[in-house]
Amino acid sequence: MTDYLASEKQLTSRFELPLSHTLKVYLETGGYFSLQKLFSMKPEEVIEMVKKTNLKGRGGASFVTGLKWSFVPKNVDKPVYLCINADEGEPGTFVDRFVMEKDPHLVIEGIICTAYAIGCHTTYIYIRGEYIKQMKILEVAIAEAREAGYLGKNISGSGFNHEIYVHRGAGAYICGEETGLIESLEGKKGQPRIKPPFPAIEGLFGCPTIVNNVKTVAHIPWIIGNGSEAFAKIGTADSTGTNIFGLSGHINQPGYWELPFGLPMLEFIEKYGKGVKGGKLKAVIPGGSSTPVQTVQDCEDLFLTYESMRDHQTFLGTGGVIVMNEHTDMVKALKNLTHFYADESCGQCTPCREGTSWLDRLLTRILNGEAYAKDLDMILGITDNMEGRTICALSAACAMPVRSFITKFRSDFEKYLRPSVFAKQTLDGGGSLRE
Amino acid sequence: MSLKFSDATIKEYNEITVRYPDRRATLLPALWLAQRDFGFISRDAMLAVAELVNIKPVQVEEVAEFYTMYHKKRPGKFHLQICRTLSCWLNGAEEITQLVEQKLGLKEGETTPDEMFSLQMVECLGSCHTAPVMRVNDEYHENLTPSSIGKLIDQIKSGDVKETV
Repeated sequence: MTDYLASEKQLTSRFELPLSHTLKVYLETGGYFSLQKLFSMKPEEVIEMVKKTNLKGRGGASFVTGLKWSFVPKNVDKPVYLCINADEGEPGTFVDRFVMEKDPHLVIEGIICTAYAIGCHTTYIYIRGEYIKQMKILEVAIAEAREAGYLGKNISGSGFNHEIYVHRGAGAYICGEETGLIESLEGKKGQPRIKPPFPAIEGLFGCPTIVNNVKTVAHIPWIIGNGSEAFAKIGTADSTGTNIFGLSGHINQPGYWELPFGLPMLEFIEKYGKGVKGGKLKAVIPGGSSTPVQTVQDCEDLFLTYESMRDHQTFLGTGGVIVMNEHTDMVKALKNLTHFYADESCGQCTPCREGTSWLDRLLTRILNGEAYAKDLDMILGITDNMEGRTICALSAACAMPVRSFITKFRSDFEKYLRPSVFAKQTLDGGGSLRE
Repeated sequence: MSLKFSDATIKEYNEITVRYPDRRATLLPALWLAQRDFGFISRDAMLAVAELVNIKPVQVEEVAEFYTMYHKKRPGKFHLQICRTLSCWLNGAEEITQLVEQKLGLKEGETTPDEMFSLQMVECLGSCHTAPVMRVNDEYHENLTPSSIGKLIDQIKSGDVKETV
């Protein structure tokens, strides 16, 4: 077996060092080194370089980062903003907080690189309200960086100015959606906007805005330092570079590991997670709760790459893998998720507001033993009406796990069902069969 | 009863306003200041925030109501937030919740009569690898077990755990 951990780490190389969050340790270990090269390049060259790496956004939507940057119009008379999405809230996802906590200067350096490329002078880090510790660490790091001349006016003598502000969220999953995040930053309810216009054209305060995940920008200094080819060589053709994958649920050793893309899912669970806890493997949610669930059979040829996930009609998402053992009641597990989405729907689109609640109530009906087989089909019908009919993807993010749980583990659901209405009415000996 | 921000808080707020080109963007930070100073976001606190940010009270209300971390009623001195979402649930969050409820004699959304404890079930706290997880005010408590949760509550009761907010 290849030792994937032995390959060079881009995001977690300082995680084990004492005081890794301080400027002193950061500078001793090559920190802010990329800036010299960065400022010798033209912004469009940086965009081109990042485009060539095929780096995809690590927040879950997996859009090509360099391409997103290139949408920012040139020579606009408005300021350009960068928002760092640190509103980590997708169930099963928990690694952004460690990047901010253990290597905040890497995030800052990544922000400087990104901001320079898109011509931006103000960045807001939108951090979820619960991450108080990470927020404090970031604020100290920002102050240190400003003191040392890495932020503020004329950074490292380049003539480039930049400021970073941390903006605290207040408990809303939907603010992880980029336009929901922008609305929230503007002091409103985090209700996503209709696109177009996309944020790159008209985002925060009506100005061109790029929203990038924490890990996405944290990759950039490595790319500037080592070049796009070095990055693209890691992983597979479609899934380049490394990612920090998380493991949680029924697992002997839950945690997170930075790995190149391409590891087989079962090997990841066995080798890094030390196997399934409490019984045999039953199901895997590969990249945060919104991604369609996979059976053991599915996992046999499932790899930690975008393309393998696509072949399995699922997604790599945030890279947060949730493992469930053979004793898991899939109906209760799904009910746990529908509750989440019904709770977190922002309420502005009918298919999502109503759909997520209907699904949650139908799951309750099943668990109470009050549902018939036709209710399962009704659930599937509802999910069909929830996708592609709303402003943002939350509705689909609920519909996808629901559909996959029911189609792949239907027998788990059938155990809860009542005998069909048809049979009952025949036994009762009457009644019109309207069903 | 009308509420007033202290001069120190107004100064703190004014320092925040320079970060944004639009004053309304200071609403979430202003609500955080209000919650810190007044304990929770009451109607009066909303009015004070509206005056501070210079927007309509309804604009404050809709935002305060939208976000779950702004308390609309006074929480206990120790506000317990247990994560109920999948990875925590798979690792026994329900059992932990029941133990807390039994030990403190309160249900979700309630506060103990002595106003020491309040309990809220929350969605994913972003600590799935250390499930089950509970926040006590702003502090994460991870890898909870039936015995550790009992011990933790006893420690809080006996004053060994400091209030963190």
